[in-house]
Amino acid sequence: MDLDKALILGIESSCDDTAASILEINPNGSHIKSSIIRNQFNLHQEYGGVVPEIAARAHVELIDVVVEEALKIANVSIQDVNAIGVTAGPGLIGGVMSGVMFAKGLSASTNKPLIGVNHLAGHALTPRLTDRVNFPYLVLLVSGGHCQFLIVHSHHNYERIGGTIDDAPGEAFDKTARLLGLLQPGGPSIEEAAKTGDEHRFDLPRPLLNREGCDFSFSGLKTALMRKRNDLIEEQGGLFKQDICDLSASFQQAMHDVIVKKSIRAIDLYCEITNENPVFSIAGGVAANKKIRQSLENICKTKKVTFSAPPLALCTDNAAIIAYAAAERFLNDDYDDMTLSARPRWPLDNKKSAILGSGKKGPKA
Amino acid sequence: MKKIVISNGPLETKKLATLFKANLQKGDVVLLKGEIGAGKSHFARSLIQSAMYIKEEVPSPTFTLVQVYDTTIGSIWHADLYRLNDYSDVIELGLIDAFGEEIVLLEWPERLGYLEPKDSLTIEIIILEGDRREIIFSTTSSEWKPRLDKILKDQ
Repeated sequence: MDLDKALILGIESSCDDTAASILEINPNGSHIKSSIIRNQFNLHQEYGGVVPEIAARAHVELIDVVVEEALKIANVSIQDVNAIGVTAGPGLIGGVMSGVMFAKGLSASTNKPLIGVNHLAGHALTPRLTDRVNFPYLVLLVSGGHCQFLIVHSHHNYERIGGTIDDAPGEAFDKTARLLGLLQPGGPSIEEAAKTGDEHRFDLPRPLLNREGCDFSFSGLKTALMRKRNDLIEEQGGLFKQDICDLSASFQQAMHDVIVKKSIRAIDLYCEITNENPVFSIAGGVAANKKIRQSLENICKTKKVTFSAPPLALCTDNAAIIAYAAAERFLNDDYDDMTLSARPRWPLDNKKSAILGSGKKGPKA
Repeated sequence: MKKIVISNGPLETKKLATLFKANLQKGDVVLLKGEIGAGKSHFARSLIQSAMYIKEEVPSPTFTLVQVYDTTIGSIWHADLYRLNDYSDVIELGLIDAFGEEIVLLEWPERLGYLEPKDSLTIEIIILEGDRREIIFSTTSSEWKPRLDKILKDQ
């Protein structure tokens, strides 16, 4: 890059939220000038009427609005932007496609370079955006739809050393909350209910806890919790408030124990592979859970590992992290062309998983 | 037509799913019913993994709604309608375009409403005690009968 600074527009529409951000990169680091996120709730408020949560149409209707707003709040025009980064997968196909089509159109009409970003790379690179962490480092990515340990060797080289073989933790939190009649999203509801609960009352399984390696399984935990709940309902004819709190606390504790123990193992494995202590980072919505976050911080202290936990707003889905991942490629003059296509499935570590028929074009990043 | 199989645990369900896969063909729509934790995803995952060229993960589609896999028996769409409100959302998702064209494994098909294909096969999983499950195959389409008979004979 021959410029003193560059502005990257990031666009994200791979799940329920539609987001846009303007990121400034300069030799001293990165600066988020704006980051706009709209979900269905805002949409209802502003436009009235019912919009299907999942609809690609909702994204189509919102993308230009959020991009305009991101530009306005950053106080720049589209002409000032140096490149357009967009989530090209993985995610909900309709949503990803809306974002990619919009970005292509914008790129063609403004002559700005187009960069397709892997949504997971956005999360995995966040420690570089916030703490300027050097490669390589270790990331635990835990969210509604994902759960994996990654060694980030560079912005286009990710080594997956473990992950879930069934449900993601965020999903397990949501489904558990539903089973207990708590509000969605499940993460915050379970955490709140667990505060006054007894985590020792119910003995829930810690799936794969003692198995070698860094893989997770959460499906059985959810089923075990359901059984305890059903037993209680059968015995008492329903659930008392304390039962819900105790079940929440026991569930959170099981989740916590598994994530913490596997993190210790991942750190050890990282040391074996690279012969050095990692910087350990966490990303994704589950990073919001205070109990889990605190324990991860503690194990890092014990193991003399630097812990980098991005602020919560950057842990959940947003477009600033997409702009940043695009910036890493922009700095290497690595662009996409108009053949960029949406990829609903797009594993970051493509050495481990074969990518079969999930898009004609392989990942450039 | 209705056939009932008892599975004594996840491993037996996995074997059944693998047998079932061998009799699937393009255009089949399989509806997976059962409460949370019954093992719908386990059945779908076992089936898809047994048909993969190279074994890779089959994550739950609850968040992404639809995951598409290219397999030895053709393209399999694994969908989960749990988060949808009703059939209008199904139309938005483009799922009905796959009906009759690809192999579709659908969890929480109750949200389909009138969009439910007439010639689909329903697999309902009922939780018995512990890990045991009652697996009920049912369909109104005569087209499935010889295939189901074969699966249950091999089982």
